[in-house]
Amino acid sequence: MKHVAKIIPCYAADSAGACSALYELGGMTVVHDASGCNSTFATFDEPRWWDKQSMTYISALTELDAILGNDEKIIADTAAAAADQKPAFIAVCGSPMPMMIGVDFDALAFEIEQRTGIRTFPLHTNGMHSYPEGASEAMRAIAEAYVQPPDNKLANGVNILGMTPLDFGNANAVKNVRGWLENNEFTVVSCFAMGDTLDALSKAANASVNLVVSYSGLSAAQYLAEQFGIPYVCGAPIGGAFSDFLADALRNAIESGENAYPCAFRGSSGKKVTVIGEAVSAGSIAAQLGLTGFHANMICPLPHDENMRNSFDSDAFAEDEMRAVLAEMQPDFVIADPLYRFILPQGAKHLELAHIAFSGRCYDKILPDLTDARFDAWLEQIAK
Amino acid sequence: MQQNLKNPPKKRIADADAACLFPTGLEYNPPARGMWNIVQMGMLIPDAHQIYGCAQGCLRGVVLTAAEMNALERLSWISLTEEDMFNGTLEQSLVDGVSEIVDQLDRRPPVVLLFLSCMHLFAGCDFDAVISDLSAAYPDICFVDCYMTPTMRDSVPPVVQTCRQMYVPLKPLPKNPKAAAIIGNDRPTDEDAELLRILRGAGYRVHDLTRCKSYDEYLQIAESSLNITYLPTAFSAGELLTERFGTPCLHLPNSFDYDEIAENYRRLCEAIGADCPDFSAEISAADQALERLHETVGDTKIAIDYTVVTQPFSLAKLLCQHGMNVKYIIADTVGEDAAAFKWLQQYSPDIEIYAPANVNMLHQPEQAAEPVLAIGQKAAYYFASDHFVNLILNGGFYGFAGICRIAELTEDAFRTEKDRRTVLRHKGFGCASCLL
Repeated sequence: MKHVAKIIPCYAADSAGACSALYELGGMTVVHDASGCNSTFATFDEPRWWDKQSMTYISALTELDAILGNDEKIIADTAAAAADQKPAFIAVCGSPMPMMIGVDFDALAFEIEQRTGIRTFPLHTNGMHSYPEGASEAMRAIAEAYVQPPDNKLANGVNILGMTPLDFGNANAVKNVRGWLENNEFTVVSCFAMGDTLDALSKAANASVNLVVSYSGLSAAQYLAEQFGIPYVCGAPIGGAFSDFLADALRNAIESGENAYPCAFRGSSGKKVTVIGEAVSAGSIAAQLGLTGFHANMICPLPHDENMRNSFDSDAFAEDEMRAVLAEMQPDFVIADPLYRFILPQGAKHLELAHIAFSGRCYDKILPDLTDARFDAWLEQIAK
Repeated sequence: MQQNLKNPPKKRIADADAACLFPTGLEYNPPARGMWNIVQMGMLIPDAHQIYGCAQGCLRGVVLTAAEMNALERLSWISLTEEDMFNGTLEQSLVDGVSEIVDQLDRRPPVVLLFLSCMHLFAGCDFDAVISDLSAAYPDICFVDCYMTPTMRDSVPPVVQTCRQMYVPLKPLPKNPKAAAIIGNDRPTDEDAELLRILRGAGYRVHDLTRCKSYDEYLQIAESSLNITYLPTAFSAGELLTERFGTPCLHLPNSFDYDEIAENYRRLCEAIGADCPDFSAEISAADQALERLHETVGDTKIAIDYTVVTQPFSLAKLLCQHGMNVKYIIADTVGEDAAAFKWLQQYSPDIEIYAPANVNMLHQPEQAAEPVLAIGQKAAYYFASDHFVNLILNGGFYGFAGICRIAELTEDAFRTEKDRRTVLRHKGFGCASCLL
């Protein structure tokens, strides 16, 4: 069956993606769900929970309020919390129960905004989809609400779109991606959504190109392309060869104004490697391997854009389906989260690459930063 | 500042209403992970397999709980989609999904705990039909209906319901007049507890799920002629066994009040037909342990939270009676220790009660500059104290011996710092963890 797993975990849900994307922006994110259900996000999905406080709360929905359709409770509670904490914005997002009872999040957001005078936007998560969908909607909502027309266009300006700890769990990842861009003579205008303020994000239109480092950033990139004519390039700077390739793609996009998907590049000879994970980052790993003499492809069990993958890649997402695809691919190596070990084919060497969106905190002490040539060093060490 | 807040996170105990300490509102979740959830509870049944049918967002928490316990092989899942809710296949999808999982398991489990979610209950899922179909298809497996329904916490709290359902697989056995069981606890009762001494002294075999090494051993719980509960969440499980097997159940709350403890033991002795011992020596030992603790901690401010013991107000009263400076209690309800709450209102009216999930607790750890001796993980987190007692729900300590042990642990916490962050991030106090 499509939605059955005997042993492997599931990915973080859409609501977690939304909370993660908004975590550092000074807003208040309210998930409409039962008391205690925020523990999953706070425990497993959000490595910043201890060190960096964020107004991420749960509405503590009860049976009675659900049955009676008591939307006033979340509206009043959110308004009261906002009065105490004065967030820059409010986001209200859904979970399974509100979906069941048909909560109108657009109306909730409108009511809360009327009552508080604070910009409020709805996020249409329902806890039944994976995190990139929630993160994607949240990043686009921020772009739509806050990005101003350009006032100081930078010819080499770049926005980083789609960065959350769910995909970039190493604490140095943001700094190193920024550093890589600067080393390639780009100027980072903003990063959606780690390490930057809402004010920095509002200036995103000053960039000349957008670097989409995960699918979570694509929708915001599409908005910025439609609204301000900024092209986007999909890829994460992973591995020396691919990072150079990606830097060239950014320069070309600035010049041509065309979008590009270098993360979909694949090689066709050499040892077979399968990479399992998020479309842009796993795709970028496969592309790096393709550029360095491997026949690599990707299994992406998460939402993605067709342009982000090659025809040799797979979108299998059920446990059985993934087992079958892996058996068919017969890879020599599989680069995947350690908890995929249960379904790998015999004979394939597992190169373990922890992914917070899959295994949560289980391997948070060994989350590598793969930016630029660091991937090559990691691969050399782990493949020994 | 406090007066101006719409959601004040604290109040003087004298000003608090036991029926409603704080109004409900949005909730914050502090990073103290010692409390158990339904996954950890379910793992107590030897060889049981857990299957969760729910939305991805709900699955994530339970699956990773099992992963961190290094027990993924004991848990499987079926994720719900929007279509499942509306296309009339809700029950059949569950039967098919569970069958697929069971057929793939390396070993047939004797028990499958099948957890459904809030959505199933709201959609009117016929859980009886699901269990019936599965039981017919797999007669060698006991399928138990279980509920991960946090939305229903006011009517069917998931922990209480899970605790109850964990005893459903038991089958009637001939009663052993010299067997008793402690029901519904999540860790073994301390061997020094007078409770065990009384039972064993009277020749009783004491069953306890937390000590069962095999499924057969678990099934032997049903031979008990007396069941005992002491956690509030276990009460319903005790009732279930009374209904099913006619086994009387004594609820002996884990109080810190000497008279209540003595009364618990009197009731126990009466139930088993034993003479009630004299507890003068035990009371004296408890007094001495508390006196030593007082000498050690002096006037240090003490914070107690609701996760460390089932009766935080009772513990606070005991410490106050022995001269200690209990200053803060983190709790949002008053339970079995309502009398102690009233006593504190009268005799320690300036104790501050903090609402554990209040949104304005978000920055509380940053405000905690004074040294605080914390009893409990949430107290440690909110008062930013590395001097804390790391314990959940009494930790199996009970009675006068339990008071001695908790006093010793508190004294040790005062003397020795702990690595707060490492300790608090461990999910499920006492459980195996891949984080360690």
